[in-house]
Amino acid sequence: MIRINGVSHQIAGMPILSDVTLTLPKGGITALIGPNGAGKSTLLSLMARLTRIQSGSISFDDANVAETPTQELAKRLSILRQDNVLTARLTVQDLVGFGRYPHHKGRPGPNDVKLVNDALEAMALTPLRTRFLDELSGGQRQRALVAMVLAQDTDYVLLDEPLNNLDMRHARQMMIRLQTAARTQGKSFVVVIHDINFAAAYADRIVALKDGRVLATGTPAEIVTPAMLKDIFDLDIVVQQIAGHPFALHQIAPPSTQ
Amino acid sequence: MRSDSIAPRFGLRLGLLGGAALIAVALFFVLGVPAGAWAFALKFRVGKVVALILVAFAISASTQLFHVTTRNQILTPAIMGFDALYLMIQTGLVYSIGGMATLSIDPVAKFSAEVVAMMVFSTGLFLWLFTAKSRDLHLLVLVGIIFGALFRSLSNFAARMIDPNDFVVVQGEMFARFNAVNLDLLWISILLCAGTVPILWGMRHQFDVLSLGRETAINLGLRYKRVMLISFATIGLLVSVSTALVGPITFFGLLVTHLAYRFLPGARFGVTLIATTLVAIVTLVGGQAIFEHVLGFKGTLSVVIDMLGGLVFLTLLLKGAAK
Repeated sequence: MIRINGVSHQIAGMPILSDVTLTLPKGGITALIGPNGAGKSTLLSLMARLTRIQSGSISFDDANVAETPTQELAKRLSILRQDNVLTARLTVQDLVGFGRYPHHKGRPGPNDVKLVNDALEAMALTPLRTRFLDELSGGQRQRALVAMVLAQDTDYVLLDEPLNNLDMRHARQMMIRLQTAARTQGKSFVVVIHDINFAAAYADRIVALKDGRVLATGTPAEIVTPAMLKDIFDLDIVVQQIAGHPFALHQIAPPSTQ
Repeated sequence: MRSDSIAPRFGLRLGLLGGAALIAVALFFVLGVPAGAWAFALKFRVGKVVALILVAFAISASTQLFHVTTRNQILTPAIMGFDALYLMIQTGLVYSIGGMATLSIDPVAKFSAEVVAMMVFSTGLFLWLFTAKSRDLHLLVLVGIIFGALFRSLSNFAARMIDPNDFVVVQGEMFARFNAVNLDLLWISILLCAGTVPILWGMRHQFDVLSLGRETAINLGLRYKRVMLISFATIGLLVSVSTALVGPITFFGLLVTHLAYRFLPGARFGVTLIATTLVAIVTLVGGQAIFEHVLGFKGTLSVVIDMLGGLVFLTLLLKGAAK
């Protein structure tokens, strides 16, 4: 269970997060949605100790982020940020292999090899495993980074826009893969997603942030409604039910306002 | 998989480099020895070879560490003028207590104090420069080169301020000199370099993780600040050793690290460090063997090395600009 208690954060005097309190049960996919600048990435950074918590507290099960040794946290939670500049000249399998570092500290065993192979397979990277990262497309590199985080094999996985640069096929495959891991292995994903329809189709719950505050928390059916989306994004959006999922037609303005 | 299956991949290449380094050292010993003077030449040349190997190691290791910690492969401690910082400490000492007093201090004690000062200075400066939020490489290169110019100018300025007689004391230190290696400090340098080996080798996996960048490194549970501090202090120590032994050589580190990076693409920190050191030994000892014993001091190795390294630097800058 993730407990976020009274977390506020300022950058250069500007409030980014104001008194965020959230409890996320273990297991399943939580989608973080909200307009640009709502504080989604900052919240993930604070949860993953990439940024020091200014006030409030965050804990994963019994591990308080501010007090637990960083090596221990690395076995419990992993994060993938959106802007990853990898200057090191690495092959795909080497990068994914680094995901096992918290467990083997530089001496991989058979189990580490297996988990790396599984992660490569899951992200459809096996044919590319010996390629260097600078020889890959943006989407392939993104999949390699997600594979590294999957190989880390933590209970909690925080992903900041994992669908960046992915084509339709790989975006869908990635969400299915996350859903499978959540259902069969009991893993918990907290995912920043910009495409609300991916959130609606795959997330177990949605947390909507706006101006550094939690605006709403609920199931996709509760959040993906015209009224809610209007509150969150200040936009009139038509929502239709397709195959049991609410579907937001956000690309076009509603007919009445055209 | 990682590291342990990668070593055999580069085994042959490391072997080739090792062979080349051995040949370079052998050449240095046998070239141009006059008949009947073997015993004398050997004794004289052993100290020099050891010093050159130490310099090769110190420059390779400090440059590679710097590349990993700052996540760029264009700047080096030498380009940023850290050797000039070391000289500035020396000139400052002569300026404040006078040349005779400086000469009367035990060289080993003086050197130890200088090394400590360098470790403190370099750690402080690096922390200030490289832990800031923005890591725009172009800005970094610019700042680095400006710092290099600043330290060199300050060092020159201090040299002009002191008495000409005192200046003689520091003058010898201010230029690269492979022909007249400072052998007084050989033993302490051997000890200091040996002291860094357990750090460099023992932490090689951590340096690999560090090279992925701050956020990924923290995600993988690296104690980021601690590793950065150790790395910067080690760089300060290694730069002191190489500058004390042979003086400043601006582009040598850049030249040998990039030769090793090209020769062993994708290799991990530990394997690359062995390769870089071997390349440095081939360049330094082999080059010196030719310049000293074949050309008879008619050319200057440091000029050739800096020219080649300077070309590498320009190429990297132009390639970076094209991207």
